[in-house]
Amino acid sequence: MRTAWRWGFVNVLVVAYALVPVLWIASLSFKTPATINDGNFIPRAWTLDNYRGIFQTDQFIRALVNSLGIAAISTAIAVLLGLLAAYAIARLSFPGKNLLVAISLMIAMFPQVSLISPLFQIERALGLFDTWWGLILPYITFSLPLAIQTLSAFFQQVPWELEKAAVMDGATQGQAFRKVIAPLAAPGVVTGAILVFIFCWNDFLFAISLTSTERSRTVPVALSFFTGESQFEDPTGSISAAAVVITVPVILFVLLFQRRIVSGLTSGAVKG
Amino acid sequence: MADIVLDKVSKVFPDGTTAVRAVDLHIVDGEFVILVGPSGCGKSTTLNMIAGLEDISSGELRIGGERMNERAPRDRDIAMVFQSYALYPNMTVRDNIAFPLKLAKFNKETINSKVLEAARSLELTDLLDRRPAGLSGGQRQRVAMGRAIVRSPKAFLMDEPLSNLDAKLRVHMRTQVARLQNRLGTTTVYVTHDQTEAMTLGDRVVVMRGGNVQQVGEPQVLYDHPANLFVAGFIGSPSMNFITADIEDARLRTALGDIPLDVRLIARLRHLDAPRRLIVGLRPEHFEDAALAAGEGIVFEAQVDVVESMGSDKYVYFTLEEPRVSSAVLDEIAVDSGADSLGGPTATLVTRFSAESTVREGEIRRVWCDPSKIHLFAPATGRNLTLPWD
Repeated sequence: MRTAWRWGFVNVLVVAYALVPVLWIASLSFKTPATINDGNFIPRAWTLDNYRGIFQTDQFIRALVNSLGIAAISTAIAVLLGLLAAYAIARLSFPGKNLLVAISLMIAMFPQVSLISPLFQIERALGLFDTWWGLILPYITFSLPLAIQTLSAFFQQVPWELEKAAVMDGATQGQAFRKVIAPLAAPGVVTGAILVFIFCWNDFLFAISLTSTERSRTVPVALSFFTGESQFEDPTGSISAAAVVITVPVILFVLLFQRRIVSGLTSGAVKG
Repeated sequence: MADIVLDKVSKVFPDGTTAVRAVDLHIVDGEFVILVGPSGCGKSTTLNMIAGLEDISSGELRIGGERMNERAPRDRDIAMVFQSYALYPNMTVRDNIAFPLKLAKFNKETINSKVLEAARSLELTDLLDRRPAGLSGGQRQRVAMGRAIVRSPKAFLMDEPLSNLDAKLRVHMRTQVARLQNRLGTTTVYVTHDQTEAMTLGDRVVVMRGGNVQQVGEPQVLYDHPANLFVAGFIGSPSMNFITADIEDARLRTALGDIPLDVRLIARLRHLDAPRRLIVGLRPEHFEDAALAAGEGIVFEAQVDVVESMGSDKYVYFTLEEPRVSSAVLDEIAVDSGADSLGGPTATLVTRFSAESTVREGEIRRVWCDPSKIHLFAPATGRNLTLPWD
């Protein structure tokens, strides 16, 4: 009983530690400019002006569209490539397989800051600077290892005998993959997609370095360019409101697919 | 329906290990053949090569007279039942059974009627709309069978299909499998490590060890005339007793006493240039309580260790005052059967007595033995010297 209380206390502490900053941002976003620095956790004067404000500027909406488009395209390509690569890694033995896994891990570990200057030069030379693809390509590069790792873990859970059975039942390799393996790996695909999407959605480093105009600026970068109505006005309220707006899709995404991620779809496939 | 011919089929893995060595086997149309052996003997690899799930390194596989080596599994028209059943968890029982038919692009009505027919024959009609997760082990096993029979393939391949069931259900399903195969008359290759399954199910049994076929034959032939020490030790439960013996003056000197050899056997041993020291094999049923035995035989005394009464008869274990026969082959069988130790240093003799026997644990008992049923094995090669050999 006592240990239960102790654990409960620790849990509350951890949850508070994680959630307080988020709630603070939410609280700031509802405060009026006059009360924004009053230090109250719960706003004394509620207002939706901050939200109205950011959606009235073209700047934010444009950035939102960029963010959504770039993240969605990157996710789709990374997951598709990751799906094929992870399947090969989980199922086939081919020369250089371990090297491939090692390299993909290495890319994930690579300090991205060190790549910014070369990427900047390359993209400028290729005309990719300040375009959607200029961000999509590095996003795919750096999220692919993540996708491969997640998906191959899921493929490894799908019993190999299922695939053999499908092949014996008359399926081609492709049909076995599409009709039997892919549906079972669906939770993995969703998990992988969420992780990749969040990675692209949250990125600031690439986005600030490889963009220069509203053409391809994403929300995290656009936030940093927010200004108040006048030069002397603090844009804290608008930034908070925008931050809340970009957090919402991620939370919805995870809540929506949570059950699918957790549920063990493979139960009943084999003995047990 | 078709016959299956394995012509010097071998499997060498990329790392150089030989899993199956030059297997020659002719499975006739409609036959039920069992591949049996301890784990790692190559039986599953052989089955996978017939299925097309593993490439054949050398040799030829023919089904219905056609060479199959290069054909994909789906072009061989054979169905397989897996040890884990390998049911598709995202599909209902109906869709599982219909899956091969859908891939073969049958029309809807045909698929429906075939699925219903298969379901009826396996008593699955009430379960058609459930998913595998909601089925018991036995039901899943039946769905796997249904998926195999539904498209009437040329042959069935079964990879230890009953080994995940509990003991009682396994016996029941064994009968069902036999009945199904009788009714359909489809050529079947069945892999198991359980020699009881092999004996009860098969028309013929192929005993394998270390990638080599040890002996092929009807169950009774394997039991009565094992070709070598491995087959003798592997087939039969409880297994054959082995004790060492020396040939002296036309007699075998054993821990059980002297056993006279008949003239023809002596001539054969001489002809085969047999060593002086041999391994004698005797099955439990060739012993009897001396008080109940009738007929010619040798009688000896031994200390009773354990008595297991089966109702119909009694298994009596004796300890012999001589070392256990040491042989790599017999050790391998013991390890495979799950014995974590190889038994004590002294030999144990397992005998089957009539139920009327009054034998008690711990006493010294007189035991009768029928010496005409003995097998003699060469310790070095394991070869059965008592068999007519050409």
